[in-house]
Amino acid sequence: MISDDLLGSEAHWAFGTDFEDPLAGVDTTVPDDIDPAALARYCLMLGDDALVLSQRLSEWCSRAPDLEEDIALANIALDLLGEARLLLARAAVADPSVVPSLPDGSPVPAEDALAFFRSPAEFRNVTMTELPNGDFAETITRLLLFSVWRLAEFESLLTHPDAVLAAVAAKGRKELAYHRDFAARWFVTLARGTAESRRRVLTALAGLWAFWPELDAPADVEVVLDQVFAAADVSRPEVTPARGLGRECVHTEALTDLLAEMQSVARAHPRGLW
Amino acid sequence: MTVTEPQLAEHFGATIARGDRIEPRDWMPEAYRRTLIRQIAQHAHSEIIGMQPEGDWISRAPSLRRKAILLAKVQDEAGHGLYLYSACETLGTSRRELTDKLLSGKQKYSSIFNYPTPSYADVGTIGWLVDGAAICNQVPLCRTSFGPYGRAMIRICKEESFHQRQGYELLMTMMRGTDEQRAMVQESVDRFWWPALMMFGPPDGASPNTEQSMAWGIKRNTNDELRQKFVDMTVPQARALGVTLPDPQLRWNSERQAHDFGEPDWDEFWAVVNGAGPCNAERLAHRRKAHDDGAWVREAAVAFARLEEAL
Amino acid sequence: MSEWPLYEVFVRGKRGLNHVHVGSLHAPDDKLALMHARDVYTRRNEGVSIWVVRASDITASSPDEKDPMFAPSGDKVYRHPTFYDIPAHVPHL
Repeated sequence: MISDDLLGSEAHWAFGTDFEDPLAGVDTTVPDDIDPAALARYCLMLGDDALVLSQRLSEWCSRAPDLEEDIALANIALDLLGEARLLLARAAVADPSVVPSLPDGSPVPAEDALAFFRSPAEFRNVTMTELPNGDFAETITRLLLFSVWRLAEFESLLTHPDAVLAAVAAKGRKELAYHRDFAARWFVTLARGTAESRRRVLTALAGLWAFWPELDAPADVEVVLDQVFAAADVSRPEVTPARGLGRECVHTEALTDLLAEMQSVARAHPRGLW
Repeated sequence: MTVTEPQLAEHFGATIARGDRIEPRDWMPEAYRRTLIRQIAQHAHSEIIGMQPEGDWISRAPSLRRKAILLAKVQDEAGHGLYLYSACETLGTSRRELTDKLLSGKQKYSSIFNYPTPSYADVGTIGWLVDGAAICNQVPLCRTSFGPYGRAMIRICKEESFHQRQGYELLMTMMRGTDEQRAMVQESVDRFWWPALMMFGPPDGASPNTEQSMAWGIKRNTNDELRQKFVDMTVPQARALGVTLPDPQLRWNSERQAHDFGEPDWDEFWAVVNGAGPCNAERLAHRRKAHDDGAWVREAAVAFARLEEAL
Repeated sequence: MSEWPLYEVFVRGKRGLNHVHVGSLHAPDDKLALMHARDVYTRRNEGVSIWVVRASDITASSPDEKDPMFAPSGDKVYRHPTFYDIPAHVPHL
C-alpha cells in the first residue's frame, strides 16, 4: 500500500497486533474437578453481560456529547466485546452442546455461533445490560452499577481453578477498574454539575436501581457504591426491586429487538465468510 | 525597530521556499491562514461525518471480530477529527466555532459521505476505495507547509493504513464466501467507484484555488495527478480481488505508462457538494442532534469543574 | 459558555524516553483530561505515562522584537502553542 514506504513499519499501528494475548501460555484444558456444563453456563452469563452491554454502548458511536466521550465509550465497548469473545469461546470449549448447530459446511466460529445464532431465550445476561439506552446520565449510571459489580466478580475469579477464566479475569480487571473510575467520575460530575444534570442522574438511578438486586452483589461492593453515592451527594433510591431473571434466560422485549438487529446480517448468510 | 509587512511576507515566502514549516506563532498572510482553516476544517468535518455511513453497521456486523474492527475504525475517525480540529485551533479558531460552521452549512465536508451504505459490503468498499483515495490525498499532506497540520496528518496516515487494509481484507474474505457475497461486493464497488474518483475534487481546469495552495505548500499535487495515481494503484488491486471496475473506458496506456479512464459525472458531483446528495440532510441532522443532546452534559461538566476550583 | 478548555497531552512511549507532545484535547478539568488523553492518545498501547497541562498554563518563549518572524505576533490572538516539534527518531508518534 502507498503509505508503507513513507511511514515504515506499521506493526505497532495495525489493529490487533502487538497486543498481549491474554491466553498466551495458559493451559486451556478444562480441569477434571470442574463441572464442564456449569463452567460453560457461568462463562455464558459473564460473556452475555459483556456482549449485550457492549452492543448498547456502541450505539453511542457518533452520538456522544463530545468527541472525547465518543472515543471513551467506544473504548469501553471494545473492552467488553473483547471479554465477551474470550468468555463465549471458553463456554464453547467447556461444553460444546451450548453452541447452536449450523448448516453443514458453515464456517462460523463458535464465538459467533453463540452470539449470532442463539435465540433470546438462550441468553443469560442480567436485565440491566439489555435495557434500551436512555440519555448520557442513564448510560453512566448503568456503567457505574455494572462495572462496580463486575470488577469485584472478576477479582474473585483471579484464583479460579479454571486457568482460562482466571486469565480472562486478570486481563479484564484492569479494564473494569478504568470503566468504574470513568463512570464514577462522570456520575459525580453529573450529580453535582447543574440542576438539570442532577435531575437526570437521579432519574436514571431510580430507574436502574430496581435491577441492582439481580446482580446479587456482595457487601463490599455495596460499600464501594456507597462511597461514590456519598461523593455525589446521592442516596440509594427507595424502589421495589424488579424480578430480574436474566440468569434464567428470561428477558424483556428489549433483548429481542437488540438481537434481531445484531444478528440480522449473520443470519441472512449462515454459510457466509466474513 | 518596526518590521514592515513586505519584509514579513518576504521572510514567510523564504521559509516556504526552503521547505521549512510554518508554525502557529509565525507571521503568515491572512489568506494563507483562511485557506488553511477552510481546508483543515473541511477535513476534520469529513472525519466526523464520515463516522456515520459505516457506524450504521456496527450494531449489525456479522461476526464479533468484524464488530471489534469496525468499532475501532469508526472510533479512529473521531480521533482523526479531534486531531485536525486541534491543528485548526492553532490558527486562532475554536472547535465550537468550527462545529457551528459545519452545522450551519458554512463549511463543507467530503461529498463521499453523502452516499448511502445499504450493504455490509460497503464497509469493505469504503475501507478499500474511500480510505484508499483519502490516503492518496493525505500522504502528501504529511509534508504540508503548516507544521501542526502536517504532524496531525502523519498520525492519521499511520492509523489509516489499518483502515484500508481491513476494508480490502473484508472484501477478499467475502469473495471467498458464497455467490451472494461475491455479488454484494461487486454491487458495492459499482456504486462507490465513481464517487471515490470524485473525492479528488474537480478537474484541474475547474479548481481555481489549486495554484495558490500549491505555491504555499498547503497542497502538494493537483487533483488530476492524485486521481491518476489512485486509478493506477487500484486497478491491480481490483484484479487481485476479482471485481470489475465499472468504467468501459478504463485501459492501460503504454505510451503514458498510466491508465486511461472515463470522466466522472461532474454535474452529480456539484449537485452533491451543493446539498442535493442522497444523504446530505440526514448526515447533518444526525450531527446536530448529537451536538444538541450533549449540550447539558458539557455544561454540567463545566459547572462541576468550577465547583471543584472554588473548593 | 460551556466550551471545555484545551489541554496539551504529553506521552512517555517507553521507559527511558522523555514525555513528548502528542496533541491536544478538550476536557472540563484535569482528571477528565487525563482520562481523555488515555482514550484518545494511547488507544494503540502507545504510552506508559501521560501528562496533561492546560494550554493556557503553558509559558512559551516570548516574541523577540529583533526577530522579524516574531515581531508582530504580539497583536495576534493565537489560542495555543500546540503540536511541538517532535524529533523524527522518537518512535510511535
